[in-house]
Amino acid sequence: MQDLYMSETITIKPYLRLSGLEPLVVRPETNFVNVGERTNVTGSKKFSRLIRENKYEEALSVARQQVESGAQVLDINMDDALLDGVKAMTIFLNLLQSEPDIARIPIMIDSSKFEIIEAGLKCVQGKCIVNSISMKEGEEKFIEQAFICKAFGAAVIVMAFDEVGQADTKERKIEICHRAYKILTEKVGFPPQDIIFDPNIFAVATGIEEHNNYAVDFIEATREIKRLMPLTKVSGGVSNVSFSFRGNDHVREAIHSVFLFHAIKAGMDMGIVNAGQLVVYDEIEPTLRQLCEDVLLNKNNDNNEATEKLIAFAETVKAKGKVEVKDEAWRNEPVEKRLAHSLINGITDYIEADTEEARLKYPKPLDVIEGPLMDGMNIVGDLFGAGKMFLPQVVKSARVMKKSVAVLTPYIEAEKEERRKASLASGTANTEAAGAAKILLATVKGDVHDIGKNIVGVVLGCNGYDIVDLGVMVPADKILDAAQKENADIIGLSGLITPSLDEMVHIAKEMKRRNMTQPLLIGGATTSRMHTAVKIAPEYQHGVVHVLDASRSVTVAGSLLNKEQKVSFLKATEEEYIKLKEGFDNKKSIKQYLPYQEALQHKAAIDWAGFNATQPQFTGTKVFADVDLSELRPYIDWKPFFIAWEMHGNFPDILTDTIVGKEATKLYNDANALLDKIVAEKWLTAKGTIGFWEAASEDDDVSVNAGNTIITLSFLRQQIKKAPGQPNLSLADFIAPKTSGKKDFIGAFAVTIHGIDTHIKNFEANHDDYNKIMLQALADRLAEAFAEYLHLKTRKEYWGYDTTESLSNDELIKEKYVGIRPAPGYPACPDHTEKHKLFALLQATETIGIELTESLAMYPASSVCGWYFSHPQSQYYGVGKIQRDQLEDYARRKNMPLAEAERWLSPVLE
Amino acid sequence: MSIRKELEKRILVIDGAMGTMIQRHKLTEADYRGERFKDWHCDVKGNNDLLCITQPNIIKGIHKQYLAAGADIIETNTFSSTTIAMADYDMQSLAYELNVAAARCAKDAVTEFMAENPGATSKYVAGAIGPLNKTLSLSPDVNNPGFRAVTFDEVVTAYKEQIKGLVDGGVDILLIETIFDTLNAKGAIFAAKQFFRETGIPELPIMISGTITDASGRTLSGQTLEAFYTSVMHAEPLSIGLNCALGAAEMRAHIEELSQIAACYTSAYPNAGLPNAMGEYDEAPHQTAHFIEEWAKQGFVNIVGGCCGTTPDHIKHIADHVKTITPRQLPLVETVLA
Repeated sequence: MQDLYMSETITIKPYLRLSGLEPLVVRPETNFVNVGERTNVTGSKKFSRLIRENKYEEALSVARQQVESGAQVLDINMDDALLDGVKAMTIFLNLLQSEPDIARIPIMIDSSKFEIIEAGLKCVQGKCIVNSISMKEGEEKFIEQAFICKAFGAAVIVMAFDEVGQADTKERKIEICHRAYKILTEKVGFPPQDIIFDPNIFAVATGIEEHNNYAVDFIEATREIKRLMPLTKVSGGVSNVSFSFRGNDHVREAIHSVFLFHAIKAGMDMGIVNAGQLVVYDEIEPTLRQLCEDVLLNKNNDNNEATEKLIAFAETVKAKGKVEVKDEAWRNEPVEKRLAHSLINGITDYIEADTEEARLKYPKPLDVIEGPLMDGMNIVGDLFGAGKMFLPQVVKSARVMKKSVAVLTPYIEAEKEERRKASLASGTANTEAAGAAKILLATVKGDVHDIGKNIVGVVLGCNGYDIVDLGVMVPADKILDAAQKENADIIGLSGLITPSLDEMVHIAKEMKRRNMTQPLLIGGATTSRMHTAVKIAPEYQHGVVHVLDASRSVTVAGSLLNKEQKVSFLKATEEEYIKLKEGFDNKKSIKQYLPYQEALQHKAAIDWAGFNATQPQFTGTKVFADVDLSELRPYIDWKPFFIAWEMHGNFPDILTDTIVGKEATKLYNDANALLDKIVAEKWLTAKGTIGFWEAASEDDDVSVNAGNTIITLSFLRQQIKKAPGQPNLSLADFIAPKTSGKKDFIGAFAVTIHGIDTHIKNFEANHDDYNKIMLQALADRLAEAFAEYLHLKTRKEYWGYDTTESLSNDELIKEKYVGIRPAPGYPACPDHTEKHKLFALLQATETIGIELTESLAMYPASSVCGWYFSHPQSQYYGVGKIQRDQLEDYARRKNMPLAEAERWLSPVLE
Repeated sequence: MSIRKELEKRILVIDGAMGTMIQRHKLTEADYRGERFKDWHCDVKGNNDLLCITQPNIIKGIHKQYLAAGADIIETNTFSSTTIAMADYDMQSLAYELNVAAARCAKDAVTEFMAENPGATSKYVAGAIGPLNKTLSLSPDVNNPGFRAVTFDEVVTAYKEQIKGLVDGGVDILLIETIFDTLNAKGAIFAAKQFFRETGIPELPIMISGTITDASGRTLSGQTLEAFYTSVMHAEPLSIGLNCALGAAEMRAHIEELSQIAACYTSAYPNAGLPNAMGEYDEAPHQTAHFIEEWAKQGFVNIVGGCCGTTPDHIKHIADHVKTITPRQLPLVETVLA
């Protein structure tokens, strides 16, 4: 074993390696590195204004937005005649270093003044890119600047610029870059992989004939540079190329897209580009694309012919002005093209008529599905896989697909029936050809959440798989029986609450016992690669794979269903998981824990003598049987809504995001339209209840005076060893101890949204997954908004301990209020079984109709519950891992068998 | 023999803690001051680096104990010998002299040891360059995250003076160690490169040793291990490694990762476990040595030793255990794309 390990020689590849707080390695398969461009005072009016007005903190949000929308490197430029560039660069970079979510990615320090570049290099610990240096002022200065960059360990962008001027022809570009390369590698000792060339992108179609070949010169120079100096990289500012079409974004976007298509193929590695404003190459109108190709590649361009044509075309686009003209030209295409267009663009208007037309054209109805419909969905799958389409668009495509299939189904069934009769008559066996691969999906027993599973089902369905969805709360034997009966090729499990993790382990064990061989996919908010590797994968030997989100599910399913890839894919996954597990096992002991008795000595330091609890308006409970949804609407936190649709970013910034902004806005508008309808037509009913009771703590127990009985709540305490003076927190710390003699209170709440089911069924009947998922997501948001609303009312009125509070919705979302509302099963009180007590106190099942499943998920799924604590020092935190001594004490206090307590608390046990 | 040749053949051992050994001498304020600083205007007890001038025999003696225990590389007593760190004792002006004196103590110890032990393997003196008490990536003021207590230029000036002193005093290697802010380390690298380029003196090998501060696996300034290594690769170091903050048990996963990604030699010198409730290190020499022996067998390391709390006894155990183990093989660094 040892010898085996040591005989492995590790190889280190000559890749460009950069770093922020995390590394970025530019590998050949990286394809194209996006450099975020908005943190540039010359390119972004907003950023420029913020810097000039000294609003640096706010300027950071521009950087953050770039990172969130997928920039892999952040370009920062402070070249403004009105600014002290050195000072601005220093202040901004120093501030940026204290924002881990931004400082994560490498920085590109961009300036035409070397003193500003040096100032920037002095502020950044990671490995940066300098943008740029050149031989403009001679070799000597170039060498000196390169030495300085090297001493800071930065990679450099070298502009194709020499003493004579900027290189415009292919030959000049190659000659200058090659000369710079020789100087850098031979005289300065620069690593070749740290050299990035910018061979100058110039505007084409300027009307001057000499400019017509500029794009070709760049592309061909790039190809030759990469051939001559394969370790170097090529970058460029793409928007220059379309400069002649200023003010006509439609044409500019098309030009950029066509240009990148050819430049990346020739070897361009990175670029400063506004990714959100790129159209998909395949989706550009063919006429425009052809004109762009001609102009960029300088074809059919004698006497500026191509240029003239593109300019003429641009005029027609311009003439249409800002009015959105519905382009109906596609209606004149053949039926196959029209079906594909409807699928890609999510248009349902014509789908039924077009499907019918196709059915009459093709010999069999199944041919329509296997022919034009699948062709269209394959395009959708490819575009999604390539990041050119976003989830809400894909779900809309699926809606179109389902509607089309619904038209065909009766004919397919009729045909099957005929065949069956015919084969019965002729006495031959029924030899139905094997269909598409089958994937079985289920939310596991005890869990009711299925938005994510539904999305995965839609996305996989779009990729041609046959989906069997067993729904929610499905017991193991039912899942596995169905898998065997249906002969499923893959089984996918989903879950949102922590007890579902154990259920998934159980299912894996059962699959082994039943000698099943299908691969098992694991997904859902509470699952993780680590949990899958450590707990589930070891239980089942035929492949267990964690799938992070719907977009990954396609590649995973693809690899698993391809005979050649399956073995190597599963082997690679297994090796990765074994490594993860080993890492986990090794790291486990690193954290130090206190004995529980010692942790108990480190309670939150609260001066109870100086504290007088506010008396709530009432003790006992109050029910809100039907709250007006329009009152809840302003309290909606939209960020999780977008996350449900796999669009990550802050609200409302996401609506103007360069990459997903357009689709996010559409989604947001659709959501609000549906919400209008829900409110106006009273689709849903919001029911809630709150309660307050006298309470006193005794170590980690809190006894609650519920009138005729005392109910004792049990909490868990942090056991991790902390810095001296730091408390080991338990929620019980925030209730006055019995020994203080002080009167104190605890509160609780539960809210739910009823009435979703009939509307879900209607959407299902209409093959409308888009609105089905939308409704589920909105019901979840309304339940959360309701909880926020009741908490506010509680603070200001019903408990009234902070009557003067006035916070914006944004501040509410950031939890700036006094007091907390932690939920059982979540980090501060991870034991789900305490929900039984909360429900008993509130009588939540009886009064507002929330049921608890055996895993203690709440049904209806859009429900929230929790405790109220009012003490100003109460705070949200995570209990973290606990040790056995606390587990034993906890089980004893709760009067629960140790094994049972262990099962419920397994997520927090080491 | 050149240290690179030596590293191809065997695992080299670096010495253990200096502070722990100085404490054993129970020195008084008067001992620290010596004759020369008897009238100094502020207290200097605790300024361990000053002992290179006032008590050179004690420092030389500690070096010799480590050499006798089997250390191949000894570190100069210069962890805080910069104008910036010496400001605590108002001794900024002594920075250069402290480094020269410390290098001489170590060189003298080697010369004497070699005379007393003819035939011993080669011994090397590493000039220790510490992290400074002010950081370039972190603000000391929580309300003003953009504030810095020191500038990059000040850091470079301070390190350059230290490096000049160490080189003039005759060290064989520069060792930038206990790095918790990568930008400070980049300042030291910048200073070294500039110093050698300006003076024309041939570059000495540079060893780099970072500090992972907790279980998150990141430096204090927030970088992952790979990001840290990427940020200092341009030093073209002789070795990259980890020291301090963690005991060997906690350091294992990180040194394993480093051994996979480092193009150069790797080093590791952990503390003698984690401090106990009294702030003392109580991992016994054989315990530390067993951890390190296992790393050596796994092929993780080329240079091993100890940091806080380790003693000549720890070093002797470590040296005995790794003596016969094949060192980590250098990875194959490709220069063309396959």
